[in-house]
Amino acid sequence: MAVTGLILIGFVIGHLVGNLQVFQHPDHLNGYAQFLHQLGPLLWVARIGLLVAVVIHIWAATVLTLENNRARGTPYGFKHTIQATLASRMMRVTGYVVLGFLLYHIAHFTMGAAQSSTFKENLPAYTMQHEYRVAGFPVVAAGAKVLDVHSMVILGFQSPVVALFYIIAVGLLSFHLLHGFDSLFQTLGLRSTRWAGGLRKVALWLCLAYFAGNLAIPGAVLLGKLSPRAVGISAAPAQR
Amino acid sequence: MVAENTAKNLSITLRVWRQDGPQAVGKFVDYQSKDLSPNMSFLEMLDVVNDDLTLKGEPPIAFAHDCREGICGTCSCTINGQPHGPGKGVATCQVYMRTFRDGDVITVEPFRAAAFPIVKDLITDRSAFDKIQQAGGFITARAGSAPEANALPVPKPDADLAMDAATCIGCGACVAACKNASAMLFVGAKVSHLGILPQGQAERDKRVVAMVDTMDALGFGNCTNQYECSAACPKLISHDFISRMNRDYLAATVRAAFKAVSLGGSGGS
Ligand code: HEM
Ligand code: FES
Repeated sequence: MAVTGLILIGFVIGHLVGNLQVFQHPDHLNGYAQFLHQLGPLLWVARIGLLVAVVIHIWAATVLTLENNRARGTPYGFKHTIQATLASRMMRVTGYVVLGFLLYHIAHFTMGAAQSSTFKENLPAYTMQHEYRVAGFPVVAAGAKVLDVHSMVILGFQSPVVALFYIIAVGLLSFHLLHGFDSLFQTLGLRSTRWAGGLRKVALWLCLAYFAGNLAIPGAVLLGKLSPRAVGISAAPAQR
Repeated sequence: MVAENTAKNLSITLRVWRQDGPQAVGKFVDYQSKDLSPNMSFLEMLDVVNDDLTLKGEPPIAFAHDCREGICGTCSCTINGQPHGPGKGVATCQVYMRTFRDGDVITVEPFRAAAFPIVKDLITDRSAFDKIQQAGGFITARAGSAPEANALPVPKPDADLAMDAATCIGCGACVAACKNASAMLFVGAKVSHLGILPQGQAERDKRVVAMVDTMDALGFGNCTNQYECSAACPKLISHDFISRMNRDYLAATVRAAFKAVSLGGSGGS
């Protein structure tokens, strides 16, 4: 749980940092997406690695939960919690919502099964205005025609239902991480009362920052602060 | 503890788990108890209720107790969902009736864990803890006269920490309080109280692995780091010992995988 959780935490933070490029010129997000797709087999290594982490994480959670229920046997007639945090008691529920979100998310932005009218492959190609660099190395040339991920994201979030679902799911993910981040130190034997207070604060700020970053993207679209490049295309199915 | 001057006697409804034997189906039964002194202990209140039941010809409530001063770990009941009842760092025998208000309904049930089967009413069989102890909760030493006290120096901070762990009275409240009926606090305390001291080093790796594996085999649950255990512990043993045991277990497993072993044969056979 702890090791796969740590891998997933690393992933979600990296993913958010990449996504925040939506606030820059469309060259950034589109160049970044193009760069990731150019990785080819490496992209698949990362995808399979993440899938394995998610599967092990959920498998372990399921096995442990079943064992834990068996270990109690007859439940208490009078249920009482002394100090366990709400986040720690809601891990299962928040985990389910995150899983549901993950499935929708991949159908939405990776496969184009949901909201397909604004899927990147159904939008006009985007021509890079400038070169896109990663760590100083040019990876996508100016003038290259690439998929318009920038517009896809913004058009997707113009649907208030989708944007709200994202916001709620990511809020619950942040809540899941609040316990998860703290807890993994205990599991790995790296937590003690001497610094537990500091660790709790780090976890709290990390989760708040993570939530704020994720709230910013659909939030800005809903408030009309971000608009798609491709004028004339809206989130509603196009009239033909 | 100095008794508060609480003059008014109280009446309560006791909702108790009654179960005739290990295989019997249990249920909650309500008993009214009137005119209780607020300064009697919870166990004394149970004695009073049992006197009444005996006079009426009904079987008394079976509950475990021995020292009645918080040191033996025998008394084990869950009072209003909290093992050893309200109050921090006390065993059931140290809970006083003044903690409750006149007219309260008090629910009393046994420690609930599959690894602690119910013997009768509030009494559970906690011999699973003995099996964990037998797996590694000891050191191998020459018995007989006591060794010279200064032959083996123990740094004071280590002695203090080991003593904190050694205050465990093996009552099982940690298991009862844990959302998953996990025995990690008990095992963490037992592993640490020997593992921190020089006398415990020779068997340190073997001990932690054997005790943890025995705990798992006995059907205790898994720790989800919610710390209900240390909050319910009558000795307030810290869940830092769980973290320490996790680290020890991990290190012992890694070391075991790389340890060189004797090929045998040498040494003049
Ligand atoms: C996809 C569905 C998911 C489900 C069903 C799920 C479920 C769970 C469950 C049941 C636990 C154990 C809770 C406990 O110890 O009380 C857990 C722990 C954890 N989860 Fe998830 N989770 C999911 C996704 C995620 C994601 C996406 C991340 C990270 C980005 C994550 C990070 C963690 C971490 C770090 C822990 C703590 C591990 C430990 O304490 O050793 N989880 N999860
Ligand atoms: S009876 Fe000994 S600890 Fe309560």
